[in-house]
Amino acid sequence: MNELISHIKERFPISDVVDAPGGATFITLEAAKLVPLITSLKTNHGFSVLVIFTAVDWLEDGKFQLTYIVNNPKEKQDLGIRVFIDRENAEMESIHHLWHHAATFQREMKEMFGIDFPGSPGVDDPFMLEGWDNIPPMRRDFDTKKYAEETYFPRPGRGTNDPATYMKQKLYPDE
Amino acid sequence: MSEKKYTTDEKFLAPENRPHTVIGPTGEEIHVDPLNDYFCQDMPKVQSPHTGIVEKFLNWARAESLWVLAYGTGCGSIELPPLFSPRFDAYRFGVMMRPTPRQSGVIIISGYLAVKTLKRAIRSYEQMQNPKYVIALGSCTINGGMYWDSYNTINRLDHYLPVDVYIAGCMPRPEAILAGFGKLKELIKSGNAEGANQYAENLQWYKDNQHKIIKDWNMPTYNW
Repeated sequence: MNELISHIKERFPISDVVDAPGGATFITLEAAKLVPLITSLKTNHGFSVLVIFTAVDWLEDGKFQLTYIVNNPKEKQDLGIRVFIDRENAEMESIHHLWHHAATFQREMKEMFGIDFPGSPGVDDPFMLEGWDNIPPMRRDFDTKKYAEETYFPRPGRGTNDPATYMKQKLYPDE
Repeated sequence: MSEKKYTTDEKFLAPENRPHTVIGPTGEEIHVDPLNDYFCQDMPKVQSPHTGIVEKFLNWARAESLWVLAYGTGCGSIELPPLFSPRFDAYRFGVMMRPTPRQSGVIIISGYLAVKTLKRAIRSYEQMQNPKYVIALGSCTINGGMYWDSYNTINRLDHYLPVDVYIAGCMPRPEAILAGFGKLKELIKSGNAEGANQYAENLQWYKDNQHKIIKDWNMPTYNW
């Protein structure tokens, strides 16, 4: 893996090389260089499987983190590539031409985070939510509880207890 | 249910359900609005019971042959197959699975309902023929259960469909479901399982609630 990382380092401006527990290595890259790197990983280095492709919402930094994890089945290596894009008008280059199933990940991210992937097949179609007219639900500024209370007629009488104090009251009422 | 008409945005309709023009056999153009022309526009009516012993006999017959729509939502649907296995054997109580809403009289809402699934559940329920009953399985149908603050699952089923019997639990075991069927039989025999009439009577309220959360309504107001 170290050879591969140094090989990538010569060609692409990567930073933050982290060895995660479990054997995967994560690198951080700027968004414009992602498709060339991932194409070269697939065609030249045997990383033929796209394991997962997902997004993280860093609300405070105004960024979306996209994480691509690719796997090399022969060498049993996992490589994660992190990319940061702006939260405003989030848009990323599509990789559906490399892996067909990436289009499904991208369709989900369009719906759940509002990240656009122009040119990806079916990216504007509803994926799980039908007729959703609010901000994308997985964005952290979307208040799930408030939305559910306003929309779904909550049944009154639901209460919550702090588990520690509640169990103490139940088990040791004298203390 | 006549004072308020809901309008459906054309973009939600399937291509074959959008208003379009067809050319007839002699070359004339016929304008078709499938939602109005192909589907029945009538609303359900309250059916008053028969009198005396006739209604009692009918209720006995209804209670002893409950045909369940084989339709599962959420995790509760995994409790239904064992119900029809030799161990629990629901057939001995006259409970039987049917593959289509047209043949069934009971719909079991087995667990959490996403808004997307609710649309299908409403459609299936309305396609069933009277008399019809709803059994709500699991705490998700009562108050949302563990999905009470989810952006996409409903909290109370009785705001959208008329529920006859609730079976509490997360998940209820097949024994509990059998007990629920027993309760439903009692209700039917005593003439109190009037969910379909309740639905017809308060249709405006039910439709308001349904339209509040199903924003891409792409079917007729009532699916016969």
